[in-house]
Amino acid sequence: MRDKNEFLKEATQRINKQLDQEGRRRFLKMGLTLGGVAMLTGCDISDNPDVDKTLSRISRFNDRIQAWIFSGNQLAPVYPDSMIDVNFPFNAFYSEDEAPDINGDDYRLELAGLISDKRPWTLANLHQMAQVSQVTRHICVEGWSAIGKWGGVPFALFLKGVGADLSAKYVSFKCADDYYTSIDMATALHPQTLIALTWDGKILPRKYGYPMKIRIPTKLGYKNPKHIQVIEVTNRYPGGYWEDQGYNWFGGS
Amino acid sequence: MMQNTMQNTARGLIHPLWLRLCHWLNALAVLIMVTSGWRIYNASPLFNFQFANEWTLGGWLGGALQWHFAGMWLFAVNGLLYLLCNLFSGRFQKKFWPLSPSALLQDIYLAVRGKLSHSNPAHYNMVQKLAYLFVIFDAGLLIISGLVLWKSVQFSLLSTLLGGYDNARYLHFYAMTAMVGFVAIHLIMVALVPRTLLAMLRGR
Repeated sequence: MRDKNEFLKEATQRINKQLDQEGRRRFLKMGLTLGGVAMLTGCDISDNPDVDKTLSRISRFNDRIQAWIFSGNQLAPVYPDSMIDVNFPFNAFYSEDEAPDINGDDYRLELAGLISDKRPWTLANLHQMAQVSQVTRHICVEGWSAIGKWGGVPFALFLKGVGADLSAKYVSFKCADDYYTSIDMATALHPQTLIALTWDGKILPRKYGYPMKIRIPTKLGYKNPKHIQVIEVTNRYPGGYWEDQGYNWFGGS
Repeated sequence: MMQNTMQNTARGLIHPLWLRLCHWLNALAVLIMVTSGWRIYNASPLFNFQFANEWTLGGWLGGALQWHFAGMWLFAVNGLLYLLCNLFSGRFQKKFWPLSPSALLQDIYLAVRGKLSHSNPAHYNMVQKLAYLFVIFDAGLLIISGLVLWKSVQFSLLSTLLGGYDNARYLHFYAMTAMVGFVAIHLIMVALVPRTLLAMLRGR
């Protein structure tokens, strides 16, 4: 009986020692992990798929908040012509000399999706519509901003004219430079959202999106696509070039 | 809550649990906002320098923006809860009142000579009061200028008040600098009086 107790005692001691070591090892491992995490740059934390998923989910939540904040009557501030930035920056995912060179005579704007009159538009057709112009601030997601003057056709008039389903969720744009993006219908119908055909009173130059771009002063720069070839009205989420890589989809300003 | 605070004091509790939670959540939020903000700054620097990428969060502009616009909820909601709890518990009045300019001058004089007493962590001296009130104000400034940068068209009134979008960028940057400066001094003070760290961890 006594032997048995001794044996039990020894076994317990051994197990405890083992557990103790394991606990210590686990503690050390945890400490190393914590230290590692502390020393990691953000890049590595963002690489964690769970973190990534959570951040994306919050970005979708921020889309809804922005749609809620957005007001169709709230106009972006307009400025006098004297404030136009004569060195308005070129900006794209490629360099200026790689901008698409489009022949305006051959150009056709295609319409797709929930639009009743899908006949393609020539550049001349677009210029024949009533034109307006506005001097507004272009705000880039990087933080810089520049004031420019865009002229063209109010997008809402165009959409109504071609019989677009105005209750659809999205309007998407496909561009000649393989760029693509999409916006919410409320912003598409905003009075300052333009099919821009001119910059500072002159035909829209190649670097700013010839032959036409969509100018949206209530959205950040990456939601202002250039060299547009196809406009589609849809209820299926179309995403965007930068949006698919992590930029916020709504991108309002 | 008033009674609660008194009970806390009776039990020798310096910081109630809600305050400690707010403090550490805020510390996390500030860390996220500052490090992701530096990465966003680097995309289009206002001045002739950039922050070392090793010190930033997000890995690239898009990632940093995701962190920043997620962290803003923690920063703002936690900050609001902190203000509400302070107001309704009477802690604000108890900790920060009265503010006396002459006592402040005296405390600054003592602080500069290294003789300012921290002997009672439950009681803030005038320099502490001013520093904490300043950082609350600064956090408010960060949120307001941040709102203008985030939605300058939708919050056009705020934007006008702050002198427009570009001005708000500088304001946001300066307010960040002030926040980082506060944190630096705050950490030095904690290192000098480590008891305050214990108090913020376990409440006493």
